[in-house]
Amino acid sequence: MRRTLAARSAAATSALAVVLLTLSIGLIFFWAPTDADQGFSQRIFYFHVPIALTAYVCFGWGAWKALRVLWKRDDRADVASYVAIHQGVVFGALTLLTGSIWARASWGVWWSWSENQLVLFLVLFLFYCAYFMLRFSLEPGRSRANMSAVYALFGVVLIPVSFLAIRLSQKFIHPVVFNSHGPQMSGSQFVTFLVSLAGMLALFATLYQVELAGKRLDASLRELRELLV
Amino acid sequence: MTYFADVAALTRKDLLLELRVKETLPSMLLFVIATLTIFHFALPRGTGDTAALGLLWSAIVFTALLGLTRAFVAEREQGLFDALVLAPCDRSAIWLAKSLAVLTFLVCAELVALPAFEAFFSGLDGRTIAAVALADIGIAAVGTLFGAMAVAGRARELLLPLLFLPMAIPIVVGGVGGYLWFLVLYDAIFALLAWAMFEYVVAEV
Amino acid sequence: MTGDTPSEWQYVAAAYLVVFVTVLLWVAIIGAKLQRLQREVGDLVESARRTHG
Repeated sequence: MRRTLAARSAAATSALAVVLLTLSIGLIFFWAPTDADQGFSQRIFYFHVPIALTAYVCFGWGAWKALRVLWKRDDRADVASYVAIHQGVVFGALTLLTGSIWARASWGVWWSWSENQLVLFLVLFLFYCAYFMLRFSLEPGRSRANMSAVYALFGVVLIPVSFLAIRLSQKFIHPVVFNSHGPQMSGSQFVTFLVSLAGMLALFATLYQVELAGKRLDASLRELRELLV
Repeated sequence: MTYFADVAALTRKDLLLELRVKETLPSMLLFVIATLTIFHFALPRGTGDTAALGLLWSAIVFTALLGLTRAFVAEREQGLFDALVLAPCDRSAIWLAKSLAVLTFLVCAELVALPAFEAFFSGLDGRTIAAVALADIGIAAVGTLFGAMAVAGRARELLLPLLFLPMAIPIVVGGVGGYLWFLVLYDAIFALLAWAMFEYVVAEV
Repeated sequence: MTGDTPSEWQYVAAAYLVVFVTVLLWVAIIGAKLQRLQREVGDLVESARRTHG
């Protein structure tokens, strides 16, 4: 029963992702107006920011599952937490890449320390990559699940603290010209942005479910092999 | 009140051990002076005070890492970890005791480092000293927790810097910028989190 | 190609391409995993037939 629900859910989110992302590409390139200030390259933003927001959701979801590992001693939640954080790192890397391309297109530089969100993602990327190093160095089991969960929770608390730190640091770091202020979006721009955001979230939901199912299948197979051989 | 008695006993054990072995603290002292010396050569002429201040904070973070790496190694090597965990005390007391010991080492190292910095670079003010004191609390709290995690696995000393440095970034920002209120916020949030989570880190394998 | 800096639309295209390629890579990796799982299930069915068949 649980398996049919999961399969249906994955099918639903993947269909949703396909529809929404296709729609968003259409909107981005054929409907949204060219930004008055930033020109054509502003269109990167329609993917860059939703990817960033989705990464936050990934880390948040991973932290929620981590809480269940510690609180409910739910072993299944450990794999779920791992997959969510793994997705978060992928989306985070994409945020850094698209953000870098955006910086290059807008201001001719591959990186800008004045972009708070970009710097935050660098810090988070470093933090969550260490998550995998932590997992690799430990034997599978309850202990590793617990430590991963604790680290994941630290990560999610670090997000706002780091963001605050980065904002504070802008005051004494050498002020650079290249900066973008949160775009004041017109109606049509906002709609396009929302569709893209919904699409990205659906994409995460799909990737997450598929990857999780794959890992669970792996574990079941291992168990089956032990029982049969 | 046995909680604090336990903490006091454990902290005393760590400090006495260091007094006998004299391993961690001398290394930290030597390391911080050597680092500050290297930084002198790393700074081109005419660099402002803020740059030197930044390097002070770098030196403190890396010296702290040195001390933290040693923090649980003794227990690990002699298999005392399991014995410690079986002891009839609250797991979080172990964390608190270890943090206090680490804090003591850090403060001792800084008693040498800060005058050295003033001599090498000048520009030390009361605000920075207060910031260092506040930062020490955060470093000890978070570093102890991550130190316990790192020592449980295979990579050990390699892992601790990777785990700790991203967390140290807000501390450095608070320190260089002199945002004392931010350091207090950081300490409060993460010390509380570390205190609450430590028992999961040392739970039975 | 005269080798001037890429025009704006090329940057935009690069950004979207990066995302697309990443998702494709992910699909490829999942596909490879699926193949491996299929193979393992096949092996297990074989050995189950031999021992219990």
